[in-house]
Amino acid sequence: MNLRKYLKVYKKFLYTSLASELEYKTNILIDLITAILSLIGSIFLLSIFFQNNGYIGGWKFEQALIVQGIYTILNGITNTWFNPNLTEIVKHIREGTLDFVLLKPIDSQFFISLKKINPSGFLEIMLGFFLLFFCIKINQINLSLSFLSLSFITISCSICILYSIWFFISTTTIWFVKTWNAIEVLRSFLYIGRFPLNSFSFSLRVFFSIFIPIAFITTIPSEVFLGLSQLWKILLEVIVASVFLITSRKFWLFALKFYSSASS
Amino acid sequence: MVQNIIDVRNLSKSFDISSKEPGLKGTIKHFFKRQTKSLKVIKDISFEIKEGEIVGFLGANGAGKTTILKMLCGLIYPSEGSILVSGYLPFRRKENFLKNITLIMGQKQQLIWDLPPIESFYLNASIYDLDKFEAKKRIKKLSEMLEIDEELFIPVRKLSLGQRMKSELLAALMHEPNILFLDEPTLGLDINAQRNLRKFLQKYNNETNATICLTSHYMKDITSLCKRVICVHEGAISYDGKLDLLLKKLSPVKEILIVCRSEEDAIKLENSGFTVKNKIKNEITLKIENNSITSSLKTILNNFDIEDLFINEPPIDEVIGKVLIKKDYDI
Repeated sequence: MNLRKYLKVYKKFLYTSLASELEYKTNILIDLITAILSLIGSIFLLSIFFQNNGYIGGWKFEQALIVQGIYTILNGITNTWFNPNLTEIVKHIREGTLDFVLLKPIDSQFFISLKKINPSGFLEIMLGFFLLFFCIKINQINLSLSFLSLSFITISCSICILYSIWFFISTTTIWFVKTWNAIEVLRSFLYIGRFPLNSFSFSLRVFFSIFIPIAFITTIPSEVFLGLSQLWKILLEVIVASVFLITSRKFWLFALKFYSSASS
Repeated sequence: MVQNIIDVRNLSKSFDISSKEPGLKGTIKHFFKRQTKSLKVIKDISFEIKEGEIVGFLGANGAGKTTILKMLCGLIYPSEGSILVSGYLPFRRKENFLKNITLIMGQKQQLIWDLPPIESFYLNASIYDLDKFEAKKRIKKLSEMLEIDEELFIPVRKLSLGQRMKSELLAALMHEPNILFLDEPTLGLDINAQRNLRKFLQKYNNETNATICLTSHYMKDITSLCKRVICVHEGAISYDGKLDLLLKKLSPVKEILIVCRSEEDAIKLENSGFTVKNKIKNEITLKIENNSITSSLKTILNNFDIEDLFINEPPIDEVIGKVLIKKDYDI
């Protein structure tokens, strides 16, 4: 793989999708306002849960805000990259425009996963980081090198897990054509990620750790922030992320053999 | 000696197709237990195409033309048989193979809808490893050939279908492919846009010696571009050969309308041994075989007092229409 070529192409992707989005100013403005209101709403909701005794599942409100911060960053990444690209896969397959992607001398997964961006998602990512910095301050977290690297590793793994699940579901479109509902269900489960895993009952904790690994996505990075994380959990997240990423890649290449292209 | 650039041997393709009975009962049954059957859409076909050839694929809707084209460019895996395009197995989609080919579909577009075509061209340039200088040079050359200029800077959504198609062609040809797969490229275009596109394709073929595989329902596309046609009927090849031979076979006679000076001359001509289609006063229509047209006309002009004559070719669509419904042409 020629890294320089891929960087050059990605620069073009960034530019063309930004230019496309900027054609519709009002839409961007509405998206930005929605992102701010959504964050305010989520924090308000979270504060209501903590009103009675100040603790949920052993977490204080200030600590739970870290989960919210990580969720906001991940949601921003979802809105910036996953939503505009991965939901398009369904359209590409239904309308047969995947043909053009497959005939380009470039990796098809790279092309369909990164071609578009939604710039309003950037604001959400920034808001998430602001919230995290605020949490670092109020929770008096020490910004050491090991803390920063572990946070980077766990958040990157969360992004990989989220991407892989979403991409895996979108790939099944090659057989089932319409899988939109499955993606909506996944998005609904992701809302769970706004709360610490300990807030749920044992059975739900098992479900969100094994079947839909929401626990890995937000709770483990949050535990790193609070110094509560254990090494085995971080290693497990790295393994889960790698397995998910490799499986989604293999699954895509396997699925392409069954691609029949839409009739003309 | 010109080399084969496409070599297809005993190619077949089957798809699993599900069928559904009408009505609510059928819908529920279809939801819980889907009846699927394997349908062979391409049946054991073989052909070769030489470098620089323009070959037209003819066939009715659903005959399998587009499936053949998609297997040739590597989009669909064949079920049986072998395909070699430019020395590559297409379905492996190797980078060098993909840099050698292009697919243009009249009903699908790859240009970025909200941006001017020029932005899509530069994106394609980076995908095909072309530097900015080379990309600029190729865009200039192709836009001159396609006679587009200002359109390159207007958002795609505001272009007419004809302008959009020209831009699609430019985007598809920027990497100077050796093999062009065109699936109904003139679909929906007006007569002038169709003619311009055909002119461009002919010019491109002359200048680059590119091989072109074309499907179209507009017979003018086929007759003006393709010397050779491959007729596909229900997934099998019913004819593979020269177009003019096929036309001669399908329409062996021409109709000649002769306007005589007087009705007496017309009666004399009627009784002279030619096959008469009809006669109205001094106008008589004869049916004459293609291979005796010259000698017959000489006889008529020498022996009868003729005021005017018209040679009527049967409409090409009508002639080719016969191909679409017939299984085999042995010429």
